[in-house]
Parts: sequence; C-alpha cells; structure tokens
Amino acid sequence: MATKTKDILFKPVFDNNPIALQILGICSALAVTSSLKVSMVMAIALTLVTAFSSMFVSMIRHHIPSSIRIIVQMTIIASLVIVVDQILKAVAYDISKQLSVFVGLIITNCIVMGRAEAYAMKNPPVASFLDGIGNGLGYSLLLVVLAFVRELFGSGKLFGFEILSLQSAGGWYVPNGLLLLPPSAFFLIGLFIWALRTWKKSQVEAPDYKIAPNTPKEEVA
Amino acid sequence: MEHLLGLFVRSVFIENMALAFFLGMCTFLAISKKIQAAIGLGIAVIVVLTITVPANNLIYTYLLSEGALAWTGIAGMENVDLSFLGLLSYIGVIAAIVQIMEMFLDKFVPALYNALGVFLPLITVNCAIMGASLFMVERDYDLAESTVFGFGAGVGWALAIIALAGVREKLKYSDVPAGLQGLGITFITVGLMSLGFMSFGGIDL
Repeated sequence: MATKTKDILFKPVFDNNPIALQILGICSALAVTSSLKVSMVMAIALTLVTAFSSMFVSMIRHHIPSSIRIIVQMTIIASLVIVVDQILKAVAYDISKQLSVFVGLIITNCIVMGRAEAYAMKNPPVASFLDGIGNGLGYSLLLVVLAFVRELFGSGKLFGFEILSLQSAGGWYVPNGLLLLPPSAFFLIGLFIWALRTWKKSQVEAPDYKIAPNTPKEEVA
Repeated sequence: MEHLLGLFVRSVFIENMALAFFLGMCTFLAISKKIQAAIGLGIAVIVVLTITVPANNLIYTYLLSEGALAWTGIAGMENVDLSFLGLLSYIGVIAAIVQIMEMFLDKFVPALYNALGVFLPLITVNCAIMGASLFMVERDYDLAESTVFGFGAGVGWALAIIALAGVREKLKYSDVPAGLQGLGITFITVGLMSLGFMSFGGIDL
C-alpha cells in the first residue's frame, strides 16, 4: 500500500508530467510564469482545486449518470474555483489582479477536467485526492522552474528581491528582456521537455518518417 | 464603425488568443497535426465564440452585474450583486450552446457535423472560449463590441492553428533530435510564431 500511495503521488511529477507528457494545462503555465510569486499562488490554487474536485467527483461517481457527467464535473470544478477566486480577492488582491482571467480559467484547465474524467470516475476518494495532489505537483514543478528562470534572468529578481544587481542601478547584470515576453515561455518549455526526455528515454515520440541516408548502403561499400 | 473595425483587427492580430494570451493551448497543440482537422476545428471555434461572447455579455449585463436586476422591479433588487456567480454561469452557457449547436448541426447540416466530429464537444473545455468571455467582462464591452470581439478572437485563433498545422506538416520531413521530437519541437515552433505575432504589438488602433 505504501509504495502504491507513493506511486500515485509522485508518478505525475516526472514520469507522467501533466504538461510535458499529457499536454494538459498549458495555457496558464505560459501566461503567469513571468514572476515567481504569482506562479506559486497559481500552482497552489490549481493543486488544491484539482485535489478537491477529484475527491468530490470520486465520492459521487456511482450516482452520476454518464450522459451528463461533464456538466456535473464542471459544476463541481466551477464552484471550487469560485471559492478560490473569492479567497484570493479577499486575501491577496494585488496578485488576484495580476492573475486576471487565469484564476477563472482553472475551470477549463484540462488538468482538472482530465484527472476528474480519467482517474476520479474510476477510483475511490482518497486515491483520487492523492492523484489530484500529484498532478498538481507536476504542474507546480514546471511552473516554478519556468518562473525561476524567467524572473531571475529576465529582471534579476526572485520573489521581487534583487539577486543580480542590474546595470541600470549601477550593477553588472544586463537583464534579458526577451525572457519577460510570452514567447520565451514556449522556448523554455520546449527545452524542459528536451531535457526531461533525454533523461527518461521512454517518453520520446517516434518520428513519423525516417530520413534515409543519401546513398544506399551497398553503394557505400 | 471605425472603432469596431479597429477592435476586430486588434483581436485578430495584436491580441491573438493563441499566440499572445496562450488560450486554448491544449487543443491547439493536440489537434494541429493535419491541416484538414485544423480548419474544421478553427471554423467550429469561430462559430462558438461569435455566439457565446455576446450571449454571456447579455447574461452579465441583465442578470449578474451590480444593480442589473433592477429591471425586475422588486424592491431591494438594485443592491444585488451576483457577479461572483459569473464563472459558473459562463461555463454553463458555453456548455449549453455547444450542446445546442451539436444537435442543430446533426439535424440540419450533417455534412459539417460529420466533418467536425469529436472536436465539437471538445470546444466546451477550450479555454479560448472561456477566456474570451472573461476578457469581455474585464474590459466592459457592450453588446456590439463583444460580438465583434468574439468573432475576431475566433478568426485569430483559427488563423494561428491553421498556420501551425501547415508548419507541422512540413516539419515531419525534417531531422529533429530524438528528445525534441513531437511535442518539444512544436513548442519551439509556436514560440517562434508567437515572436512573429509580437511584431503587430506596435500597431496602435
């Protein structure tokens, strides 16, 4: 049992990362990662929503008619997101302004929906809860790595504190403005996937076509 | 009129849903392997966006925003603010409209229905649709503006996915490092496309 719990919790972090392998929940990963603080908040919010929505869906899974299950799941997820949104507005108003529409978009974040549909509908509540936390962790890992790189090299700060002294303030570091722009998130995720797949070979996708060598083998000899 | 045209151009190019705000990325990356499929999905997104954004605008103005219920004439209604129910109602509207469209197409335009196939229900969870509705509320668009914005956002998204599908069809023949094969190289391609679209950013309308 102990190893199984560990599996459910940590498999999604590297082996089955929601962003790098399952192609789920990419939208918000790109848009909010220009500052570490904002992405931490986003990661925590998403992890909580995924965990609790999986748990609730799993609790009532025997009572949901399959024809309307999407609507039922949506309602559960939307209610949880409203709670998160209201709490953020009350406790951390600045951050909630920065996240703008992306808190609301947790509803349509495919991680939440995907795990509810793929895992919670077939498994007991506790396992679903852990699965939600695990996938949330996988998402958080990528978000924090991206935000770390983008904020450190893009503006020389971490959590808003200066780490690399900027040239404009008499220091030595010239910030790389490109990293603060949205496209850099794409490059960084691309490179992250490359690194991850070099480490975990089994995730490599087979190419559609093999490029044949220019001269056939028999002619070379 | 000029204002609406400006809004349209802005929502297609400068504030492109896919390449500037990264909305609808999951479907964007998953269903861009073939141009044919990308075109079908693009058209479906345009239609759904053009209907849902104005519909959500009506719901927001007449039911949810602060004091919106004053028209009912019931005493005390002008102080009711239901805007916190926004998220729940928008997703409900989107799901309902997608469902109605599916039934309508099945009955009257079976050719298009078969062409769209599985993409139609998938649109419910496409964040571009939800995102457009939320942007509409955040920026206080009126009914005409939100119709134009919805249509423009849809066209922009469709343009982006068709362009990406075109690039990916060619990409199949190139020699990509093993670890980057598939998803990795797609991300980098989209990054470059997004850089290209940023050049529209300087245009002020």
